[in-house]
Amino acid sequence: MTPLLEVRDLTKRYGPRIGCADVTFELWPGEVLGIVGESGSGKSTLLSCLAGHLAPDTGSVVYDTRANGARDTLTMSEPERRMLGRTDWAFVHQNPRDGLRMNVSAGGNVGERLMAVGARHYGNIRATASDWLGRVEIADERIDDRPSAFSGGMQQRLQIARNLVTGPRLVFMDEPTGGLDVSVQARLLDLIRALVRDLGLSAIIVTHDLAVVRLLADRLMVMKSGRVVEEGLTDQVLDDPQHAYTQLLVSSVLHV
Amino acid sequence: MIQVENVSKQFTLHNQGGAALEVMRGAQLSVAPGECVALVGASGAGKSTLMRMIYGNYLAASGAIRVGALDVVTARPREIIALRREVLGYVSQFLRVVPRVPTRDVVAEPLLALGRPAGEARARAEALLARLNIPPALWELSPLTFSGGEQQRVNIARGFAHEYPALLLDEPTASLDAANRGTVLALIEEAKARGAAIVGIFHDEEARARVCDREVDVSGFAPGAS
Ligand SMILES: Nc1ncnc2c1ncn2[C@@H]1O[C@H](COP(=O)(O)OP(=O)(O)O)[C@@H](O)[C@H]1O
Ligand SMILES: Nc1ncnc2c1ncn2[C@@H]1O[C@H](COP(=O)(O)OP(=O)(O)O)[C@@H](O)[C@H]1O
Ligand SMILES: [Mg+2]
Ligand SMILES: [Mg+2]
Repeated sequence: MTPLLEVRDLTKRYGPRIGCADVTFELWPGEVLGIVGESGSGKSTLLSCLAGHLAPDTGSVVYDTRANGARDTLTMSEPERRMLGRTDWAFVHQNPRDGLRMNVSAGGNVGERLMAVGARHYGNIRATASDWLGRVEIADERIDDRPSAFSGGMQQRLQIARNLVTGPRLVFMDEPTGGLDVSVQARLLDLIRALVRDLGLSAIIVTHDLAVVRLLADRLMVMKSGRVVEEGLTDQVLDDPQHAYTQLLVSSVLHV
Repeated sequence: MIQVENVSKQFTLHNQGGAALEVMRGAQLSVAPGECVALVGASGAGKSTLMRMIYGNYLAASGAIRVGALDVVTARPREIIALRREVLGYVSQFLRVVPRVPTRDVVAEPLLALGRPAGEARARAEALLARLNIPPALWELSPLTFSGGEQQRVNIARGFAHEYPALLLDEPTASLDAANRGTVLALIEEAKARGAAIVGIFHDEEARARVCDREVDVSGFAPGAS
């Protein structure tokens, strides 16, 4: 087996300010990697660099493509990278408005991703969209409504359906359960876990919520000031943290 | 099957002046297939700490901990993940689950993670839940709303769903009535009979006498004990 993603010495600065620095890690097929750290620690910057939304200053992001094996996504052509983003990768944004088309119906939002990878049969597309709306607990009769008519929680669930409908191999999530009420969050955690297991998905999940990574992530990276200060098995890092910053992070929450 | 050699452990509390808390030195333990070894010693002696190090939940400071062919002390995370999926089970003192997942699925999860057919995994989960006297009416509900004793039995059912070659049990009989304690001890005896190597912490002396072949007093591994 080879890693799905191999990241080496990834650095991104905003002028003199560090976004993320010297990040190195591997992600293996079927693994869920959590990235935690306080606000401003560089989690979103790192995720954006990995997903090709932001160009890092230095480093490499080697992805095991289906067709051509290991390729550095930072040096591949823009159309190639965009194709990866449409087929193999999914990106669940913190704010659903960044991941949805607000003036297209819920069914259309899901169907659009299918059509982008070649689906043409209207009946099948609609049936699949309807099935996925059900899986994220959006009633079938809302299929023709626009997301702008949905609550924030429903929008987030729709974004997840839109992203996962094409069966990507790698899912990037930036605070996916952030603005959601607890019961919706629980359903999403359950859904994400089941998908990872059943579809053999790999995922990188950025969050500041240690309870979320405890339940979702196999491995954990802890970031501080743009750098990874500790990494390891999720439960080991949370129960026996080695770095001063991780100890502070863990001790500042009641129950993780 | 489980081999602990010269293991030491310390906690460095960076946010309490960097105090180094040395809790274990020179720990030794060897458990053969089909054997159950009890860890004993006063509260705070390090029983759970040793068990957590075997599971890879706590990092050992030095020494070796072999489970099957893998040295947990030097293994990479993904090797430990595979070990936990296939070889090494752990029944911790507290149940930790994703909210809203039905009890039946919580118990079936280790089998699903191994790629077993859903039907087979559910049937096994139901059989264990029934044996542990969790009424079928509760199987559809999340165990998070259950009583402490019920949660513990769900935890035990999950820990025995897959027939792990090695098992760690941290006070599995603690809050159970006589009938359920009997069932748990029977599950342990069955696991031994099929060749599982088991490390257990039991406060209940009778339980220890019934299922354990040997006792290892972890007080002997306290720094300065020898
Ligand atoms: N577009 C930007 N321009 C300048 N600085 C930025 C920009 N985005 C992020 N930063 C800075 O980079 C650092 C990391 O930010 P970010 O990746 O958003 O952290 P996190 O997601 O962990 O909250 C912070 O100091 C932040 O202020
Ligand atoms: N995560 C931890 N951080 C700091 N100290 C710990 C931690 N876990 C256990 N200890 C300490 O290690 C010692 C052994 O504890 P434990 O293994 O729980 O004992 P037992 O299970 O025998 O009651 C105690 O002094 C305990 O306070
Ligand atoms: Mg962010
Ligand atoms: Mg204990």
